[in-house]
Amino acid sequence: MPVKKSVVRRSPKARTTKKTYNLQEAKLIVETKGTGKPLLLLHSEDRYERNANFVDELAKKYRVIMPSMPGFNGSTLPDSIRSIEDMSYLYLDLLDAMKLQDVTVMGFSVGGWLACEIATKNDTRLKKLILVDPVGIKNGGAYDRDIEDIYFNKSEVVKNFKFHDVSKDPRVLLEMTDAEAMDEAGARETTARICWDPYFHNPSLRYRLNRIKMKTLLIWGKNDGIVKPAYGRGFSKKIPGSTMVTIAKAGHFPHVEQPEEFMQHVRAFLR
Amino acid sequence: MEFYHFTEFAWPFLPPDDEFTSMRVNLPSQVYDPEIGADWYDMCLDQHLLADDLGMNCMINEHHQTATCLNSAAPLSVAIAARQTKNARICILGNPSANLRDPIRNAEEMAMIDNLSHGRLECGFVRGVPYELFSSNCNPTETSERLWESIALMQKAWTTHDGPFNYEGRWVHKRQVNVWPRPYQAPHMPIWMTGGSDINHATRSVENGFTFTMFLTPTEGMKKMFTGVRENLKKKGLPKPADDLFAFMPLVAVGETEEEALKFIKQVFWYVTNNKTEPQFRAPPGYVETELYAKFLSGKFSGGRTDAIRSKGMDYFRENGVAVYGTPDQVVKQLKKMYKDIGGFGNLIAMLHSGDMPYKDVAKSMTLFAKEVMPQLKDLGTVSSKIGMLKDRGQPVQAKKFKGRTAALEAARAKSGVAVRSPKKPKKQAA
Repeated sequence: MPVKKSVVRRSPKARTTKKTYNLQEAKLIVETKGTGKPLLLLHSEDRYERNANFVDELAKKYRVIMPSMPGFNGSTLPDSIRSIEDMSYLYLDLLDAMKLQDVTVMGFSVGGWLACEIATKNDTRLKKLILVDPVGIKNGGAYDRDIEDIYFNKSEVVKNFKFHDVSKDPRVLLEMTDAEAMDEAGARETTARICWDPYFHNPSLRYRLNRIKMKTLLIWGKNDGIVKPAYGRGFSKKIPGSTMVTIAKAGHFPHVEQPEEFMQHVRAFLR
Repeated sequence: MEFYHFTEFAWPFLPPDDEFTSMRVNLPSQVYDPEIGADWYDMCLDQHLLADDLGMNCMINEHHQTATCLNSAAPLSVAIAARQTKNARICILGNPSANLRDPIRNAEEMAMIDNLSHGRLECGFVRGVPYELFSSNCNPTETSERLWESIALMQKAWTTHDGPFNYEGRWVHKRQVNVWPRPYQAPHMPIWMTGGSDINHATRSVENGFTFTMFLTPTEGMKKMFTGVRENLKKKGLPKPADDLFAFMPLVAVGETEEEALKFIKQVFWYVTNNKTEPQFRAPPGYVETELYAKFLSGKFSGGRTDAIRSKGMDYFRENGVAVYGTPDQVVKQLKKMYKDIGGFGNLIAMLHSGDMPYKDVAKSMTLFAKEVMPQLKDLGTVSSKIGMLKDRGQPVQAKKFKGRTAALEAARAKSGVAVRSPKKPKKQAA
């Protein structure tokens, strides 16, 4: 149930409204921008999406709904939520609470994993699915490192996994203010809490991706070093009727490195 | 004051410094040579026998995937010491129970060792340094909760003597807990806990009657923690803790002359100069408090105790109580000052060996320490008159007036409903 409503920011384009939903044990902060058919944006663990320019473009045609994942940006992470699968039930409750229909879901990285956990459980309120370099499944064998280790490797190496051109990373750690550093620290702690083991995947999920029957697009950065395009093709194979496109000169966040080409694919898919 | 000898079983035969980036986590095991290594284990284990002969106790620890410590399974070395020594208290410091993830197996090992040693085990627990999270794959955001849950379950398992009980907690599920053997000591072994900068963790440890231990921390930091804990306990209305609930480990070397002591401490200092790691191993998310992690991310904190003090010279270490060395009288003077400066502690763990320090050198340093330093300090500080939680420990007693733990142990044993046996003397085998 909504308990608080406040206008966060006004702009000539569209205004963002912010509501807090009390669902299960959690307080979920949900920002909304624009009007039109609902588009649920599930952010990545790096949270580059919330203030991105492409959101403004989408907000011209869609009501873009941007919940902050439990444990991120003020949304609370109760003890009862220990996995992305646990989170997905919270989001199904949110779809009910907001009485949404024909929702386009767009999920980035861990947000893409969350989108699949939601869509495999109940898709009655959903219409289309866009997954951008999602994690969440394991294709290879026990000795294969399907998803690169962001904790074991040096931060410069991890940056190279994430970006084709590291200068495009919007976040420069050494230039963060204290508040930004606290926000980043909290986000990384939540990510570790939820994704450390099994490492960024749910071993069961790949066996039920067949339940995703809606039109699905996978967008992949050709130079993604966290999860390579081959991983994406394995992902796509499991979702019947899905298509996958790759974007050159882009890593794990193609919407950050090649926003124009990213939106071309999105526009074509949503047309 | 109780005195513990410590060697970390370091593997000192390393490739050139520019050929590896970290002593821990990713150093390939090709660096280890089993033929030399087997002898190296002998040399380190022999130090426990010497400590026992000299009237010292032994502390034994464990680390994983590292050349700093070949003891990757401490209960094995502790079990050897339990059988081979006669009088030493043997402190395992400690069991990384959160990372091991099976507290019942852990409880069995410790109970067995307590029996093997005829009640000489001091059972320590550690959350584990951050590097261990890569070998254990344990989630850094969970290890603190897991550790406390594991210890509570182990205490329950050691003190339940009427058959299986059920346990379905947050991190551990065991449906038929019935640990054999029961510990030799009653109600169970004394418990120790290590810690760093987390004052709440330290306070909680002492409140539970656990001996709180810190390693290689400059005097200022020690004082902040040990006096901070005492103040917190006072605020909670709890009795004053005796000094035996606090332990400290510096690097220690004793020589006949100052020159000889300097030669020895430089060998022990190997641990500090060689303990390099990659920065990301020191601070996985969720390991330290969020504020500290934020500082690490933005480059305002390098992470890890040893890194911060690595770059400082030997004089800094001596002035700040991290390295204690000199002739016996100099060492006595330094330790007495340290006792006063940091607010009192009842257990000194002396890291007397590291790196490639040869046996003859460590043996000499240990012998001088045991024969010339210990007698001058043994009456220092206070001890608890009873065992258990802090609230049940009674008034601290001056060490020199203390008659030993026998009475307290007998009382605890009687209360636990166990037939009273001699807690000290091992039974003689029939000839």
